[in-house]
Amino acid sequence: MTVEARARDAKEDPARNPASNRVVKVLRRAPVHVALFALLFVWLIPTIGLLINSFRSVDSINSTGWWTVLTAPSGLSLDNYRQVLGQQDLGSKFLNSLYITIPATLIPTMIAAFTAYAFAWMKFPGRTWLFLILVALIVIPLQTTFIPIGRFFSNFFGTNINGSFLAVWLAHTAYGLPFAIYLLRNFMGSLPREIFEAAYIDGASPVTAFFRLALPMSVPAIASLVIFQFVFVWNDLLVALIFIGGNTDNQPLTQSLASLVNSFGSGWQYLAAAGFIAMIVPLLVFLSLQRFFVRGISAGSVKG
Amino acid sequence: MDTRIITALEVVLVVPAVLVGYILATERLISLAHGKWRERIRPWLWLTPAFVLLTAFLIIPTIQTIWYSFHNKDGSQWRGLDNYAWFLNGTGLESLINNVLWVVFLTVGTIVIGLSVAVLADRVRYESLAKSILFMPMAISGVCAAVIWKFMYWYQTPGTTQTGVVNEVITKAGQSPIPFLVDSDYKIATFALIFIMIWMWTGFATVILSASLKSISPELLEAARVDGANEWQVFRKITFPLLSPTIAVVSTTMIITGLKTFDLVYTLTANGSYDTQTIANEMYNQYFSFSQYGRGSAIAVVLLLAIVPVMLFNIRRFQFQEGIR
Repeated sequence: MTVEARARDAKEDPARNPASNRVVKVLRRAPVHVALFALLFVWLIPTIGLLINSFRSVDSINSTGWWTVLTAPSGLSLDNYRQVLGQQDLGSKFLNSLYITIPATLIPTMIAAFTAYAFAWMKFPGRTWLFLILVALIVIPLQTTFIPIGRFFSNFFGTNINGSFLAVWLAHTAYGLPFAIYLLRNFMGSLPREIFEAAYIDGASPVTAFFRLALPMSVPAIASLVIFQFVFVWNDLLVALIFIGGNTDNQPLTQSLASLVNSFGSGWQYLAAAGFIAMIVPLLVFLSLQRFFVRGISAGSVKG
Repeated sequence: MDTRIITALEVVLVVPAVLVGYILATERLISLAHGKWRERIRPWLWLTPAFVLLTAFLIIPTIQTIWYSFHNKDGSQWRGLDNYAWFLNGTGLESLINNVLWVVFLTVGTIVIGLSVAVLADRVRYESLAKSILFMPMAISGVCAAVIWKFMYWYQTPGTTQTGVVNEVITKAGQSPIPFLVDSDYKIATFALIFIMIWMWTGFATVILSASLKSISPELLEAARVDGANEWQVFRKITFPLLSPTIAVVSTTMIITGLKTFDLVYTLTANGSYDTQTIANEMYNQYFSFSQYGRGSAIAVVLLLAIVPVMLFNIRRFQFQEGIR
C-alpha cells in the first residue's frame, strides 16, 4: 500500500484507531465470507452425503437421511465395501479400469512426444497447415467416428476385436492424440531456441536433442498431460460402452456403476460404496498432484 | 495368473520399446540418404505413427459417417436427406431443444458462479482452499456424479421422511417434495441434470477466470478507485471488459460440454426418459438399440455441425496466438 493510500484509509476512519479499523474491515467483508461459505457448503454436501451413506445399512439409507448420523452416530460399518468388492465383483472391474487406463495413457503420451517435437523443431512444408487440422481434430465429437470404427473393429485384420481391451486402447490412443500433440508442441515450442542450436553445433543429432534435451525439459507438461489423460480415460463411460459393450469380463468401473444406478434390482444398495470406490483414484490424483491436475484439465477441457 | 494382467503388462513394456525402436530405426534409415535429404525425410517419419492413427480413427471415420448419413439402416441404399428429415420431424427436435437448454444454462451458470467466486475469493485468505473445493468435482466421472446426485435428489412420497437433501430442504420450507429425476413437467428432470453439470464444471470456470483476473494490473484498478469509481463501476467498466476474452474461451468449453452431454442422461434418466433426451443419447439409441446406422450417422453429423463454429473459433484463436509469438 502506498503512503497516500494509507493516509486516505486513515482519513476515512473517523476514530483513527487501528483496532476498530480492523473490526470495520472484517464487518465490511462479512457478506463476502458468508457468500463464499454458503457456496462451498453447497459444493461439499453432495460428496459428504455419499461418503456417509456408503457406511450405512440398506434399511437406514431407505428410512432416514444421512444427516441424522451427524446427531446420532450409529450403525456405521464397512459391510457395504466388503460386499461390493466381494460379491458384486467390483474388485475385478477396478482392475479392468487400471488395465484400460494405463496403456491408454502411456501410448498416446509417447507418440505425442516425438510428434510434438517434429512440429516444434523440424522444418517441413505444410507444417502450419497440418497443425491447424490437428487443432480442428481436438474438438471433433467422438460420435462421428463410432459407427465406422465399430465396423472396422468387427473385422480388424480378420478378427472381431469389439469388446476387447485392444479396441479401447486403440480408440483412446487416437482420441487422445490431437490434444496431447497440441499441448506438448506448445510447450516444446516455447523452450529456448539457443539450447537446441548449441546442441546441433556440438554435433548432436535430432534424436539426441529429443531424448536428452526436449524430453527432460518437458517433464512438467508431460506430467499435466499424463494426469489429464489418465483421469479422462478412468472416468470415461461412452467409449467403454461403445467398444467394450456387453463383454462383462472387460467392463471398467464406470460401466458397471452405471448399470448399478439404472437397475434398482440386485446390488443397488451398495451404490454409495461402489461410487466411492470408483472416485477414489481420481480424487487421490487430484489431491496429491493438484497443480499438474488443474493445469492439465484447464488446457485440455475442450477435448472431444 | 490372470491373462488380462499379462496382456496389459506386455502392452506397457512392448509398446514403448517399439516406439523408441521406431525412432532409432528411422534414424538408421535416414543415415543412408544424402545430406539435404536427411532433414527433409526425418519429420515425415516422425509424424507417421500419429498421422496413421488420426487418419484411421478420426478423419476417415468422420467422412464415412457423413456418407452413411445419406444411406439407409445398414448403408446399402442411398436415401438422400431422409435421415435428417426423420430426425427433425421426430424425437430429434426435442433433443435439439434440450441441448440448447444445456448449452445456455450450463454456460451462463458456470460463468456467473465462477466469475463471482473468482472475484470474491480474490479478497480472502483461504482463496486457494476455496478454489480446490470448487474444482474437486472435476476429478469425478459423470457416472460418479450421477451416483452422488441420485442420493441428493432422492424422493419419498409426501408425508414420509425425506431421505434426499434437496427434498428435505423443500419439505422443511413447507413445500411438497419434487420427484426431480422422473418429472418431465417444465423439464424439471433436464434442469436437475444441468445443475449437476454446473456443480461439476464451475470449478473449472473459476480457476481459469481467477488466473485471468490476477493478470489485471492492480494499479489500473487503484487509479479508477482514486478517481472516485465504486467497486461495481470498477468491475463493470474495467475488470469485466478485460476478462471478456477469457470468458469467451470458457464459454466455448462449456458449449462443447453442453452439446456432448451424455453420461448423466444415460445414467440418471435411462438414456433420455422424462423428456431429457439429447443428441448424443439419441445417437447411442439409434446405433445400439436399433442398429440404425444411417439415422445414427445423421445425428452424429448434426452434432458435428453444431461444433464446427467452435472449431473455427479455436483455429482463429490459435492463429492469433501464433501471430503474437
